[in-house]
Amino acid sequence: MNLILISLLTLGIVGAISAVILFFVAKKFHVYEDTRINDVEAALPAANCGGCGFPGCRGFANACVKAETFDGLFCPVGGNDTMQKVADILGRTAIVAAPTVAVVRCGGTCDHRPRMNDYDGVKHCFIAHNLYSGETGCSFGCLGLGDCEVSCEFDAIHVNPVTKLPEVDEDKCTSCGACVKACPKLLIELRKKGPKSRRIYVSCRNEDKGHIARKSCDVSCIACGKCEKVCPHEAITITNNLAFIHDDKCKLCRKCVEVCPTNAIVELNFPPRKVKEPLTPEGA
Amino acid sequence: MGGIHPKENKLSAGKKIQIAELPKQVVIPLSHYIGSPSEAVVKKGDMVKVGQLIGKANGFISANVHSSVSGKVAKIDVQLDASGYKRPAVFIDVEGDEWLETIDRSLEIKQECNLTKEEIVNKIKEAGIVGLGGATFPAHVKLSPPPGKKAELLIINAVECESYLTCDHQLMLEKGEEILVGVSILMKALDVNRAVVGIENNKKDAIAHLTGLAKSYKGIEIAPLKVRYPQGGEKQLIDAIIRRQVPSGKIPIEVGAVVQNVGTTFAVYEAVQKNKPMIERVLTVTGKNAPNPGNYLVRLGVYLSTVVDTAGGVPEGTGKIVGGGPMMGRSLMNLNVPMAKGSSGVLFIKEEESIRKPIKNCIRCTKCVSVCPMGLEPFLLMTQSERNMWPEMETNRVMDCIECGSCSYTCPSNRPLLDYIRYGKTTVGGILRNRK
Amino acid sequence: MDKLIISPAPHIHSGDSVSKNMTGVIVALVPALLVGFYYFGLGSLIVTATAIISCIIFEYLIQRFMLKGENSVMDGSAALTGLLLAMNLPSNIPVWMVIIGSLVAIGIAKMSFGGLGNNPFNPALVGRVFLLISFPVAMTTWPKPVPFNPSYLDAVTAATPLEMIKGHFGEMPGLKDLFLGNMGGSLGEISALALLIGLVYLLVKKIISWHIPVSILVTVFIFSGIMHLANPEVYAAPLVHLFTGGLMLGAIFMATDYVTSPMNPRGMLIYGVGIGIITVVIRAFGAYPEGVSFAILIMNGFTPLINTYIKPKRFGEKIK
Repeated sequence: MNLILISLLTLGIVGAISAVILFFVAKKFHVYEDTRINDVEAALPAANCGGCGFPGCRGFANACVKAETFDGLFCPVGGNDTMQKVADILGRTAIVAAPTVAVVRCGGTCDHRPRMNDYDGVKHCFIAHNLYSGETGCSFGCLGLGDCEVSCEFDAIHVNPVTKLPEVDEDKCTSCGACVKACPKLLIELRKKGPKSRRIYVSCRNEDKGHIARKSCDVSCIACGKCEKVCPHEAITITNNLAFIHDDKCKLCRKCVEVCPTNAIVELNFPPRKVKEPLTPEGA
Repeated sequence: MGGIHPKENKLSAGKKIQIAELPKQVVIPLSHYIGSPSEAVVKKGDMVKVGQLIGKANGFISANVHSSVSGKVAKIDVQLDASGYKRPAVFIDVEGDEWLETIDRSLEIKQECNLTKEEIVNKIKEAGIVGLGGATFPAHVKLSPPPGKKAELLIINAVECESYLTCDHQLMLEKGEEILVGVSILMKALDVNRAVVGIENNKKDAIAHLTGLAKSYKGIEIAPLKVRYPQGGEKQLIDAIIRRQVPSGKIPIEVGAVVQNVGTTFAVYEAVQKNKPMIERVLTVTGKNAPNPGNYLVRLGVYLSTVVDTAGGVPEGTGKIVGGGPMMGRSLMNLNVPMAKGSSGVLFIKEEESIRKPIKNCIRCTKCVSVCPMGLEPFLLMTQSERNMWPEMETNRVMDCIECGSCSYTCPSNRPLLDYIRYGKTTVGGILRNRK
Repeated sequence: MDKLIISPAPHIHSGDSVSKNMTGVIVALVPALLVGFYYFGLGSLIVTATAIISCIIFEYLIQRFMLKGENSVMDGSAALTGLLLAMNLPSNIPVWMVIIGSLVAIGIAKMSFGGLGNNPFNPALVGRVFLLISFPVAMTTWPKPVPFNPSYLDAVTAATPLEMIKGHFGEMPGLKDLFLGNMGGSLGEISALALLIGLVYLLVKKIISWHIPVSILVTVFIFSGIMHLANPEVYAAPLVHLFTGGLMLGAIFMATDYVTSPMNPRGMLIYGVGIGIITVVIRAFGAYPEGVSFAILIMNGFTPLINTYIKPKRFGEKIK
């Protein structure tokens, strides 16, 4: 009986003292934190992908609360909806950005780009890129070893085993930009998703002169300039022997797709064209 | 410490250096392995002579480039290097073989050198001499120690620890006297009175030959070294000869040593005594299935395919062609690569030996740790590189890695240790540069 | 060959492989195994064969039906685990116990961590210690060694020298018998000579480095020597410690297991010294007469810590 009493008493006293100490310590070391950070964080997608440029969603929430405006602050995963929610919490107006999606600017499938060497090292784009230009004659094209696939947190980009080119799953892509950073050949670009996901882009990064580029790959941009001339919106520029379509100017008229002699300009998600003239067959 | 002992396979040992024929066109690269590319000083249509300056050094770590043939400049364009990337180069159509009058082409050995220190370094710089061991670091940079540092001795790297290669070995046998004169010139340039030539014990004839000749030169010693790869690594060589270890991240001058390759020494002799710039070097063409392995004196800019054709062509069943030695050389995409200052060999590897075996789990056998000449832990660095743990890699001293490949060579699980470590080293190096 | 292969340097390989190393260790164990057959006859043969075969079968089954990975059963590591387990068992132990031991060794200690290279503890030792704790009688009843006797031995039992020391009974065999293996004990641990031959083979073939076995043996010798000098009545002579029990087998074959030992020479020395001290402490003061297996397992647990804090001697590092 005595024993039980003593133990109860000792433990009770220890507990009481600890509670008092804890109380004062908690007061003394209390860190003031804006409660809105928690609210903002709750509104974010919690993917912690780093696509916004901050370490995780909490970092982004912190930055949003501290910043005056939303300049340079955008959650690519959540998109406009999430940013609207964040804006509501903070009582500001959201900046509406056009949704973007990752596109791979290389069309050099195995058929279009004959392999000249066999790579027998670690299946890692960066390592292969440091070693040499690639298995094909094109030193700008995709290596097909899947660094982008590994980098993607959302399972949205996969290397097609047949073509050895990565393919983006539009529904899953959050345009966080991880693959853009992962690609040593700088092939992946975040482009405006476009109305009904319709996009036109130059699927090539080859900066060689036309005849060299053409020799190494059938669908390379040879910088012939036809697209630049035909474009009514001045959306296409050619620099370093490579055409580029600016997505803010492009009105998706598809004229450039028709004139491109090498099929390097790609259109996505358009309805089939009215038969005016037969398209050049694939791979021609 | 560390090191491995691969099969030597010095198939071309003792083969006389043959002079390779001149092709119709040469392509002289203007860029170097490290440093900025040289600037072309000739233009299309210009007539050049052998030894004429065609590319001027651009910056401190850069070297002059001279024409190795006489003829007409066809164009200045880009040329694919061994890795398939484009590099600036001068294309020259060969016409005859007319040398600059200033170059002394006689074989007579000229021992006297009355130039001052500065004049020697300047001559070496003008001649565009770079380290011929592989890194092609401009030779004059090493000969101009940073202020406050003083070289105590000169070490000549005649180790040639890579298997298969014999170009330095053969050069020592045929040009021993010239090399020793070159050593004394370098000693004068550095103002040191001691020089050690380190040669691996598997080149007994070269050791005997040079020891005999060195008797008449003051301050030059020949040091026979244990056969071990990578004995020829700069830091390893200094450690083996004077038992001083260059601290991490420092250069050899820190321990008072300057290392030059034996081929460089010969080039220095030719440049200082004969006014001949760096326009040719010895190249070993070899391989287990090579029809006739041999050593060739090749002008810069000659396509490797031309040299290989002279040596009997690409043998049947070749799976991989390596530019350089088997441990550190680069595999070539094709033979349409011009001879550069750093090319030491063309090695054919049989198809069955060129494919890597499947990777297995690390069994933590410690072999990579025990062979690492820098005392690193390759197994750990590889795992960290796979997981992108850059700060941890930095603390584990990935930047010390000399990329000798001993770890990958020895791994029983065939793990690509060096591939990943190199990846980590590149990335960490980039992080460090950004931090500065 | 129309396409040239491109790969990063180095372009040659030593030709070393996992199975070569495993086979090397198995070959090094052959002398000790022969001594076991010589003294314990048929029983040792049955135990060895059972352990090896069941280890291989368990590994195959687990890999095939549970891990569904690439099958690595042929690399020899399962056979080696089985062999080492058998070396640690008495020759008259029932076959079903051997099978349970193999299942624990392969199933729990090795494959549940992901197979070769990932296990934190030495599988064979985990198997042995499991059996020792579960079936203490069967695991500590040893047949008396009878040279050149091919029959199954179980009638006569003999105590190991270490049990004699612990319990202060029986007549100790002479040092020569201890060295050659004429004593009671597990079937692979009795002959120090045969195990030392194995060590020489391993060192010559460069399968292991000298650091671990030498540091263990030297530590045991010094530590037990000090205790012997302090009180020769109670504590046995250092040579007796060296040649008895599983010390030689443990120091040469169990502690040097690649996966569970530290990754650099300095760490190996610390690990070896630790095993040596723990072994002597258990032998002198613990409840069990033998402590090598426990010592090795305890130090296996410290291996990750040693690897984290003890780094190899870096090139250019000042010698302190």
